[in-house]
Amino acid sequence: MKAKVYVTLKNGVLDPQGKAVMGALKSMNFDEVRDVRVGKFMELELDGKSMKEEESRLKEMCEKLLANTVIENYRIEIK
Amino acid sequence: MKFGIIVFPGSNCDHDCYHAVKHVFGQEAEYVWHKETTLKGLDCVILPGGFSYGDYLRTGAIARFSPVMSEVIRFAARGGLVLGICNGFQILTEAGLLPGALMRNKGLKFICSRVNLRVENDSSAFTGAYRRGQTLSVPIAHADGNYFADDDTIKRLEDTDRVVYRYCSPEGSISNEANPNGSLANIAGILNDRGNVMGTMPHPERACEPVLGSTDGVRVFESILSAFA
Repeated sequence: MKAKVYVTLKNGVLDPQGKAVMGALKSMNFDEVRDVRVGKFMELELDGKSMKEEESRLKEMCEKLLANTVIENYRIEIK
Repeated sequence: MKFGIIVFPGSNCDHDCYHAVKHVFGQEAEYVWHKETTLKGLDCVILPGGFSYGDYLRTGAIARFSPVMSEVIRFAARGGLVLGICNGFQILTEAGLLPGALMRNKGLKFICSRVNLRVENDSSAFTGAYRRGQTLSVPIAHADGNYFADDDTIKRLEDTDRVVYRYCSPEGSISNEANPNGSLANIAGILNDRGNVMGTMPHPERACEPVLGSTDGVRVFESILSAFA
């Protein structure tokens, strides 16, 4: 089983990296860029048995370690 | 008084803390490897600065699960004094012993310089020897010192006098210009609700001897010693 975890900064939390990337894109004449948020993407390989069980285990992984829920949101995809 | 200095893989200010405690203040000090599961006999625990686990994932995120941390949490719950400096502060927020989070500096750069701080709390176990409103000169060295917490948490910190000190101008005024890293309300150090856990991005242990250019950090340790006495 494979899982993808996306960790992104919550709305309202300043993202200086995103701002720097946006500045660079604008300086390259990509004027249509209105905002950039930089996040993290993780791929996990799992020995899990059921999708349902793994989903709740992944949630636990995100809450405990993969994301800091003070500043970050997470999204899980399982295949 | 006996201090324990926790050593995580990647800690690099552990020797600075040891030196300050042992040689400047003449107290007992010992290193505690992060795999230890006991803090027996210690009166104060210091989580030093550094780059534990290479800052992978987030600063402090992995160190927070080192075996010794469950004991640090129990130690704090028993009322033991815990001081987190720089990476130690980051680990304490990840562990939930202090509220909020330390994010990437607003300017994205690692900043190694001396900053001015205005003392906001002069009655805690870590700051009792200071005077409120006093300005200090203490070094910082971090890339992730941008203190963030939600509005309610900031309000609670302010209302309960748990902001230890703020980044300020040499004259002591709090402004954006004097804020090196984007921290909300210029916060540079905080206390937990019980007042026995403190996190600070500036390094008081590196401002304890004239040869280092400042002795303004001395009173953090003097405060601890007199709180314990």
